[in-house]
Amino acid sequence: MSEARPRSLLYLDNVSVSFDGFKALNALSLVIEPGELRAIIGPNGAGKTTMMDIITGKTRPDEGEVFFEDTVDLTKKDEADIARLGIGRKFQKPTVFESHTVWDNLELALNRKRGVFSTLFYRLTAEDKARIEEILSTVRLSHRRDELAGSLSHGQKQWLEIGMLLAQEPKLLLVDEPVAGMTDAETVETAILLKEIAKTRSVVVVEHDMGFIRDLGVKVTCLAEGSVLAEGSIDYVSNDPKVIENYLGR
Amino acid sequence: MITQFLLKGADRRITIMLAVLLALAVLVPASNLLLSPENPLHVPTYAMSLFGKYLCYALLALALDLVWGYCGILSLGHGAFFALGGYAMGMYLMRQIGPRGVYGDPILPDFMVFLNWKELPWFWHGFDMFWFAMLMVLLVPGLLAFVFGWFAFRSRVNGVYLSIITQAMTYALLLAFFRNDMGFGGNNGLTDFKDILGFSVQADGTRAALFAATAFFLALCLLIASAIVSSKFGKVLVGVRDAESRVRFLGYRVEHVKLFTFVVSAMMAGIAGALFVPQVGIINPGEFAPGNSIEVVIWTAVGGRGTLIGPIIGAVAVAFGKSMFTSAFPEVWLFALGGLFVAVTLFLPKGIVGTISGYVSARKAIKASKDAEAGVDVDKPIQPAE
Repeated sequence: MSEARPRSLLYLDNVSVSFDGFKALNALSLVIEPGELRAIIGPNGAGKTTMMDIITGKTRPDEGEVFFEDTVDLTKKDEADIARLGIGRKFQKPTVFESHTVWDNLELALNRKRGVFSTLFYRLTAEDKARIEEILSTVRLSHRRDELAGSLSHGQKQWLEIGMLLAQEPKLLLVDEPVAGMTDAETVETAILLKEIAKTRSVVVVEHDMGFIRDLGVKVTCLAEGSVLAEGSIDYVSNDPKVIENYLGR
Repeated sequence: MITQFLLKGADRRITIMLAVLLALAVLVPASNLLLSPENPLHVPTYAMSLFGKYLCYALLALALDLVWGYCGILSLGHGAFFALGGYAMGMYLMRQIGPRGVYGDPILPDFMVFLNWKELPWFWHGFDMFWFAMLMVLLVPGLLAFVFGWFAFRSRVNGVYLSIITQAMTYALLLAFFRNDMGFGGNNGLTDFKDILGFSVQADGTRAALFAATAFFLALCLLIASAIVSSKFGKVLVGVRDAESRVRFLGYRVEHVKLFTFVVSAMMAGIAGALFVPQVGIINPGEFAPGNSIEVVIWTAVGGRGTLIGPIIGAVAVAFGKSMFTSAFPEVWLFALGGLFVAVTLFLPKGIVGTISGYVSARKAIKASKDAEAGVDVDKPIQPAE
């Protein structure tokens, strides 16, 4: 851990991982500051999802350091620990509990004690109820609270999953392709929602949709072949010849 | 607090089933003991014991439903926990025989005298006491489930791989219990029981009490299971079944969730085995046979997994069918059972109870949408989606 490094929320240094000889990440370094909204772009196979797997403890890096809030070594923790530390993750494919109602999905996601016996004897308090109501209105699902999550439209599932992440009260949100399969109107709404969320916490968004990233108007990191190709504003990155060659030009 | 916790889970279907079970616990023994054999409402003792056996199966199926229907763990070795509970009860019953055995040894059961053993193996000590044996009925299956589950769930063994190792577990126990030097009576198992708590196991009164106890414990376990699945923990369970990684990324320890459920389920299966043994009068390694565990899966699937009452109905119906069928056409039973499983999988994937409740809720939905069209009872204004 270096002394000169500024205080960061998430710090990846020189992270490499390979699967059967294929280098999914190759000396990747990335710093996310508290309160930052960051977009990550890159061609398929650039290592975007693998990076998220490493941050959330699903995959262990072969080498390199991953620190959360400067002190917590994430490579030593598993998924549940990392989630409890305050890192929430949205998957590429919307993953909600389809046979539970929208309300139950949020209740499960609430940042409460998660042990076997605390959940066995859990009772919904007024405070928790209010919190769920609040999230329901944030993600605009109040009118569908009693419906099964499986009956929601694709876009609504994406929003429910974002709502579940909010319920977790994470310090860092990792969002993998939030607008895939959404209509243009939904995409615009999602950008507004994410900017709203980023006011109180850090958000990392992986996305292919350049229009959406332009809407976000934030710092962009372009990954290719497992390492950072370029970093900066959207205009800077999209004019970078390496980015055009590797990603945009294709 | 405990009663509140238990009662919270009982919805209407569960309450009806509880009432039925408790009524059976009272009425069947009463009719057996109080009515004269000529009375048309008299339940003969053999029928009561047979039905008591079905209720043990029902408890075993309920235990399986908790792990399979709600948590998605398809255990193909639940018969092992049932058999272990049965052996614990059998050991108690063996110790109760005392000097009345064929060889008349005051301490050693007959099979040990026959094998020329001089003293009781260490693991047979304590089983002369009823409370100790009952504790073991819970602890032995629970401990096996804990150790097995600890390793399997920590290493994230899932799906068909887990099913195969549960099957291997029960098969390994089958082979072990067949060996004479295991000390559990080898392939003959434990039998020739005389007394339970000082009452003859053959007496009508004892059989009636055993039937009542079985119905009571089935009702109790149903109540516990329904409290578990309707709690927030139960919602986590279903979450694990449907989207395990999402549960993990929400910060729940999936391996703890599975382990707890697996252990509770194994203990229920142990109770079922313990109630089974005095009613059928024997426990032998055949109870560990993989086929038995698979049969439990079929009962649960036929009744409807993930419904709690479905497996109870399925177990009683299929076991009753088996008794009828095997006396009429013994050779074709296995084909009938296999055919039943295929038919249920193809035509009733939710089982009997799941299909009926699906039908009822579909009817309700149709009625609700008709009402809405007619402008009746629009309870919540539906906001236009953004």
